Amino acid sequence: MLIHRSPGIASSEITPEGVFRRRRALLRVGAGGIALNCVPPILRAQTTNVAPLPSRPGSFSTMEKPTPAALVTSYCNFYEFGTEKDDPPRHAPQRLKTRPWTVRVDGEVKSPRTFDIEDLLKLAPMEERVYRLRCVEAWSAVVPWVGYPLAELVRRVEPTGKAKFVEFITLADPKQMPGLDSSVIDWPYTEGLRLDEALHPLTLLAFGMYGHVLPAQNGAPLRLVVPWKYGFKSAKSIVRIRFTDRPPATAWQKSNPSEYGFYSNVNPQRDHPRWSQKSERRLGEEIFSRRRPTLMFNGYADQVASLYAGMDLMKLY
Amino acid sequence: MPGRARAFSVVPPVLTPRALAAVRALVFTLAALPLALLIQRGVAGGLGANPVEEILRWLGTWTLVLLLVTLAVTPARRLTGWTWLVRLRRMLGLYSFFYANLHVVAFVWLDHWFDWTSILADILKRPYLTFGFVAFLLMVPLALTSTQAMVRKLGGRNWQRLHRSVYLIGVLGVLHYWFHKLAKNDLSDPMIYAAVLGVLLGARVLDAVSSRTRGQAFAADRNLQGSVDSPAKSSVTVSRRRTQ
Repeated sequence: MLIHRSPGIASSEITPEGVFRRRRALLRVGAGGIALNCVPPILRAQTTNVAPLPSRPGSFSTMEKPTPAALVTSYCNFYEFGTEKDDPPRHAPQRLKTRPWTVRVDGEVKSPRTFDIEDLLKLAPMEERVYRLRCVEAWSAVVPWVGYPLAELVRRVEPTGKAKFVEFITLADPKQMPGLDSSVIDWPYTEGLRLDEALHPLTLLAFGMYGHVLPAQNGAPLRLVVPWKYGFKSAKSIVRIRFTDRPPATAWQKSNPSEYGFYSNVNPQRDHPRWSQKSERRLGEEIFSRRRPTLMFNGYADQVASLYAGMDLMKLY
Repeated sequence: MPGRARAFSVVPPVLTPRALAAVRALVFTLAALPLALLIQRGVAGGLGANPVEEILRWLGTWTLVLLLVTLAVTPARRLTGWTWLVRLRRMLGLYSFFYANLHVVAFVWLDHWFDWTSILADILKRPYLTFGFVAFLLMVPLALTSTQAMVRKLGGRNWQRLHRSVYLIGVLGVLHYWFHKLAKNDLSDPMIYAAVLGVLLGARVLDAVSSRTRGQAFAADRNLQGSVDSPAKSSVTVSRRRTQ
């Protein structure tokens, strides 16, 4: 079978979200008539935060076709709301309160501060960046994020000479997050980057996607996006950013040290102990389509390979 | 156990041929429903963002569910006294094997596109795939010897010995799911399957133990009294149970 890979797509060709949603709504009515009890999660996907978030086109965007928004908002790993892909879209929109919201930025910085979300939204001009997203579970998507480089925020708090790493601490509120009942993760979920990774122009602090504010299940009101690393590095619903002199323990390293390392760069040569990372399945592709080969650093090698020069990435995974 | 007999005596232990045929038709239809639903969702485009994963999960889940239902037949018959339940066992076992086949076909075709080298490497390297693959291989001889003719050909005792491997298949099936879910660090679902399997296998151990003690008690009884009145009945029951 011939697989046609689109060479690129103009943003004008992308189905407007409203049109897409109306089509979904129609499908929902149809499917509901057929089998009320087995309406697939995708048709149940809800997004309450649909306020538009204007932005200008940013750099580094891929020309690949974005994954339909309805798929990215209905197939989520956000264990605070449950470990199944359809748990976050079912629970997060009704439960997650994104206002008021503050982010504490402290640690090895000259000017520690607590930012209000409204101030963060105005901190730097919003850009739209269409990035590939590669999950450690061997599926992938193409997502148009809205945000600005994390470096914009880092610059304003002035890291000291001792700052070598950045820790991201995310919300862990049992009242809002039913998934905290299970001990899958040592809550709160935390992630970490080396300072130079955090300052890399690809690293994004995202507040929206698909031209709108982030839906709750995708990490509202703000999240990290590190496109050359597996998706779990891109922490969601961040409440605190801490600069440290040593590598912070990350949530997955703590819960499963034999399977997850600090870097977690996308690397087709370095298999996960339980499955191969050589190929991936792109969300939204039809049933009879093959996996596509996974690219080193998720296709961002030109931009980031120099960060790891001389390192053995099979050992430092 | 007269109490038991009263509670379940609403349904007779043996069904008329017509009633049995109706029950079998009903079970046949019910067991086909998961496949029908999957096809309906596939046609409606309702398999979600990752349809291949959804298909694999769905087929794997129903393989395991039907395997456990098959394993539940004998304990359920002992509990209720409904001997006709045994007449559904082969169909349920073959249905589990049918879903297992679809699961394997989906894995080899949709997920790996007949890339045999990577499939084989994965089976050897990943414990969850090793468990699943061995469980599938062990199901094949059971399906092949499921006919009445094969029971006669092998002889009841040999046939039964061979078919005891279904216990191992059950354990491997649960391990397959368990090790697959280990990556998510969330074992709540596999634990349910493991618990059900534990109860079903435990019921057999209990039954074996109690029939042995009953047998011993009967033998002792016989030696003392030298009579074969009422205990003889239970002895017949015990020996018949053992061959079923």
